[in-house]
Amino acid sequence: MNDRASTTVVVCHDCDLVQRCDRLAIGQRAQCVRCGAMLHRGAGMGLQARCALVLAGLLVFCLANGFPLVSMSAQGSRTATTLFGAALALWRQDMQPVAVLVVGTAMLIPLLELLVLGYLMFPLLWDRVPLGFDRILRLLHYLQPWGMAEVFLMGVLVALVKLAHLADIVIGAGLWAFGALILLLALNASQFDSRELWACYRTLKTD
Amino acid sequence: MLPHTENRLAGATLHLLSCPVCGQTVRYTSAEALACPCCGTHLFARKHASLSRAWAWLIAAVLCYIPANVLPIMETRTLFGRQDDTILSGVVYLWGAGSWPLAVVVFVASILVPLLKILSLSFLLLSVHFHWRWAPLQRTRLYRLLETIGPWSMLDIYVVALLVALVQLRGLATIQAGPGALAFAAVVVLTMLAAHAFDPRLIWDSVKETVHD
Repeated sequence: MNDRASTTVVVCHDCDLVQRCDRLAIGQRAQCVRCGAMLHRGAGMGLQARCALVLAGLLVFCLANGFPLVSMSAQGSRTATTLFGAALALWRQDMQPVAVLVVGTAMLIPLLELLVLGYLMFPLLWDRVPLGFDRILRLLHYLQPWGMAEVFLMGVLVALVKLAHLADIVIGAGLWAFGALILLLALNASQFDSRELWACYRTLKTD
Repeated sequence: MLPHTENRLAGATLHLLSCPVCGQTVRYTSAEALACPCCGTHLFARKHASLSRAWAWLIAAVLCYIPANVLPIMETRTLFGRQDDTILSGVVYLWGAGSWPLAVVVFVASILVPLLKILSLSFLLLSVHFHWRWAPLQRTRLYRLLETIGPWSMLDIYVVALLVALVQLRGLATIQAGPGALAFAAVVVLTMLAAHAFDPRLIWDSVKETVHD
């Protein structure tokens, strides 16, 4: 315990084991010695790089939702859909709860995640603390398990196969953008550590 | 890098707790109404009424699981008549169409995962209920697996949503979402809520430190 500054006591959130954890170097992760749960993640990319990732994510999000994912033509008629269009079709068939679930999990929550990350990190670039930092960070903590964009992409692929022999299918720009969005979301999530962001906030607050 | 241990003590014994949001380790006196001094998050030594809430969500999920598999999730109307598709018939169709990798994916995501989630969550809940000491590490891993694969059961809902939006060829073929889709969506959400309500630390509460390694 003579090196207090760099060592912290951590209680594992999965198995309740009390353990000490050294300050982590870049890219390092700390796992619980007993159950292997991930306890901490060292700083990955710098703040600027992460902000850039969020911006890229937002841009790609607009493309993925603005352009049709798939269009289909059969017997002279042509239909195309975006994610929102798919949910709208469900809504019109009196499947409102399912429609809300689809829009929420595949569109709104990923969007909120990106917006919240941007809101939390951009002010830190200029050494400013965003308003309601703690509340927003907590919101992110509750949102994260409900984002399912990657499952939606898999769903598009399955739907494509089901339709492939019935009609001519054209893959839209939206689908490629959606693929990119998932990569960016995964990258964002892998670089995010609320503790590290919180430490950043704490040093700014005490200054 | 692995952190080092302090004589294998549980947070409950030392009255210590790490905030899940900001990582601050907090010492507490009473288990109720504790707020993180650093970020203000409400903290609980154990998730509040974990077992009863998890059981409640789980039972609701089981009740929805039956209509989800029996009722059609999709109704296709063509010139030649009407065809109802359940989840299982969708898998059979994909298999028959020769795209067996996707058939396997849909089978795993839509049939196997919800069933295994329900079964393994009941197993975890029972094991905590009866204070089993057996294989806590494996049970914790099972729980983490449950949390990871949870969202993948939404796959079929997304497929139905897309088909409903795309296949609207007036007079030729239309696809309608069936009541099964509603029940199936409910199963996915309810099992996820049940998994979130469960507290894996309860597994370790019945294991004495000396039993393990």
